[in-house]
Amino acid sequence: MKLIAAMSGGVDSAVAAARAVQAGHEVIGVHLALSSNPQKYRSGARGCCTIEDSHDARRAADVIGIPFYIWDMAEEFHEEVVENFMAEYAAGRTPNPCLRCNEKIKFAAVLDRARAMEFDGVVTGHYAITKEGPMGKTLHRAIDESKDQSYVLSVLKVEQIAGAIFPLGDTRKVDVRKEAKARGLYVANKPDSHDICFVPSGDNASWLHDRLGSEVGPILDQSGAIVGQHKGAYTYTIGQRKGLGLSVPTIDGSPRFVLEVNPQTNTVVVGPRAELAVTKMLGENPIWCGPSVGVAPTRGFVQIRAHGKALPCTYYFDGEKLNAELDDPLLGLATGQAMAIYEADRVVGSATICETLS
Amino acid sequence: MSVYLDHAATTPMVDVAIETLTLQLRKLGNPSSLHTPGRAVRKDIESAREVIANAVGSLASEVIFTASGTEANNIALKGLYWRGKAAGRNLVVISAIEHHAILDPAQWLHDHEGAEVATIGVDNNGVINLAELADLITRRGDEIAVISIMAANNETGVVQPIAEVVKLAQENSIPVHCDAVQSFGKVQFSFTDLQLTALSLSAHKIGGPLGIGLLILRRGLDMPALLHGGGQEREIRSGTLNAPSILAFAAAVTESIRTFEEQNTQMAQLRENFARGILERIPDAYINGVLAERLPGIINVTFPGTESDTLLLLLDARGIAASTGSACSAGVQRPSHVLLAMGHSDLTARSSIRFSLGRTTTLGDIEKALEVLPSVIERARVANLR
Repeated sequence: MKLIAAMSGGVDSAVAAARAVQAGHEVIGVHLALSSNPQKYRSGARGCCTIEDSHDARRAADVIGIPFYIWDMAEEFHEEVVENFMAEYAAGRTPNPCLRCNEKIKFAAVLDRARAMEFDGVVTGHYAITKEGPMGKTLHRAIDESKDQSYVLSVLKVEQIAGAIFPLGDTRKVDVRKEAKARGLYVANKPDSHDICFVPSGDNASWLHDRLGSEVGPILDQSGAIVGQHKGAYTYTIGQRKGLGLSVPTIDGSPRFVLEVNPQTNTVVVGPRAELAVTKMLGENPIWCGPSVGVAPTRGFVQIRAHGKALPCTYYFDGEKLNAELDDPLLGLATGQAMAIYEADRVVGSATICETLS
Repeated sequence: MSVYLDHAATTPMVDVAIETLTLQLRKLGNPSSLHTPGRAVRKDIESAREVIANAVGSLASEVIFTASGTEANNIALKGLYWRGKAAGRNLVVISAIEHHAILDPAQWLHDHEGAEVATIGVDNNGVINLAELADLITRRGDEIAVISIMAANNETGVVQPIAEVVKLAQENSIPVHCDAVQSFGKVQFSFTDLQLTALSLSAHKIGGPLGIGLLILRRGLDMPALLHGGGQEREIRSGTLNAPSILAFAAAVTESIRTFEEQNTQMAQLRENFARGILERIPDAYINGVLAERLPGIINVTFPGTESDTLLLLLDARGIAASTGSACSAGVQRPSHVLLAMGHSDLTARSSIRFSLGRTTTLGDIEKALEVLPSVIERARVANLR
């Protein structure tokens, strides 16, 4: 096949590209420039838009022996990912921009462009597995549970999965690093990136603060009494306990957690841990990674964070929203997060959580 | 077989330059040393200096060797600015289409030295606006420390009216620097006849080695240096002279003069074939600066509905090496500031690509490029997201 390898400058995408070449594919390396104002150097383990990263990606492509280009996706990235991230926070939701980037950039803008240029697909260093079977090409968890990235890929539609190649799903991260070293790739020991790439400081709250302003407002308890002051409602997350700076303690001294974030009224509501319990979630704008989900309740698992647990549940699609009823209550679930449904290790699909019920 | 159409970026070394370089690499001696081996190398360098001085119509003592055209530009722009500033002149005048090796030092002077930078625009054909320059000189001539205008643009090949610039500047005794890196070997000129103050050249654009350039700086003119040390090159550019590269540079200059007519006639002819072929195959393509006088080897084409980085990839995959405008430090293609200055939108500037021919370009190269172009353009249009 003719493939575009999306190379971030990290170890995973470099090994993925090398494996694609070894498998006999014709591969061209592409680094996506996602920031129109790249920083010169990485600081710690963050950032994917730095000059150093584009250099590392180029160097890896040279060592692997494939052509290398840089594609400017800064405009698309800003419109689809960064603006959406800000808008979601401003609306009191907690988005995951990595999912959005996979959905709108890596396996949309990049894949579309690759296909238009007569390439067959896009290779990335994501830890996930695709399998061909009676349902067509399906998406599955990687064997390295601690690195599994199927959750952030759960936004891919069938035709996007068809053009996705994930050569690392069958390998553990430690072995990928060893392989990188054996292949003479300089990035073998480069630290993993964990944070949001366009928030180089890693401090989401102050990044949002700079862009959305910081109107202080009341922190209320469930009775409506003011128990503290917040520094901009959107900087708080459901379930958050630390950094609330509450001035009125509870009678029994028990801790309080953020229960509600309401940017419209600029209020944050706190309460006891038990109030965080959620037994059912509803998601909008569902995406199916294989056959679509029907109205019949089905047993499976739901995952709500990138490296969260797979929670046993019963799920169904009521024609409008994806419903998941949990076997055991879950604490601290924010709207805006993605709910990914699994059938054993297969990703069934996902939706954006819009409502939670206790 | 790949087709190299990026000679404006760099062009193959001529055989005589390679021979001269390799021969000289075996010779021992620091040209600043006073003993016999040192004097021998010094003699070779001075002969090379005279060859180059003759070729550009300057005095040998006006030639200052540098490590690149970029360095020559930096020495000239910063040195002449500091010289002017000491005399109460704080204004740096450049054009909107200068190479980054002038734009960026000018920006640096603004940011770090408090210089005021005035940028002269160009018309739709990429020729600088002389009336705008004349007006600026009339109003503020006694504030201008230096004017720097390129001899011909590296992206479009459009030749600039340097003689007229000098004439305008002379009335107010304003020093004029000219970046002639791209035009050297393609347009004949004389430093003395033009009455320039300073002029930058680079060897690798004419078949000499990489890593050697020079500044012609008018005799008797003193200005602050960037590099301080052994005091070589009139104390304007300290550092041990790179004898092998200097000698190879001179050899390439001699060869360039010897073959001047033949090379440039052939290049101009091939370019006309290429231009005609492009317009026949891609009727909505247009050639930038087509109505202006241009260097014979450069053709800058806008292909509406495409993106240059896609074009580059697709051409490269088919063995054709061309070039887009400049990339930022992370390697991201930027819309060319030259085309923007000529009135292009961001979109059309991003749809443009430069082909540049050289002495090794053949009719076969042009035919091969024309053969793949229609399918490349078609594919690039499909891939265009914007």
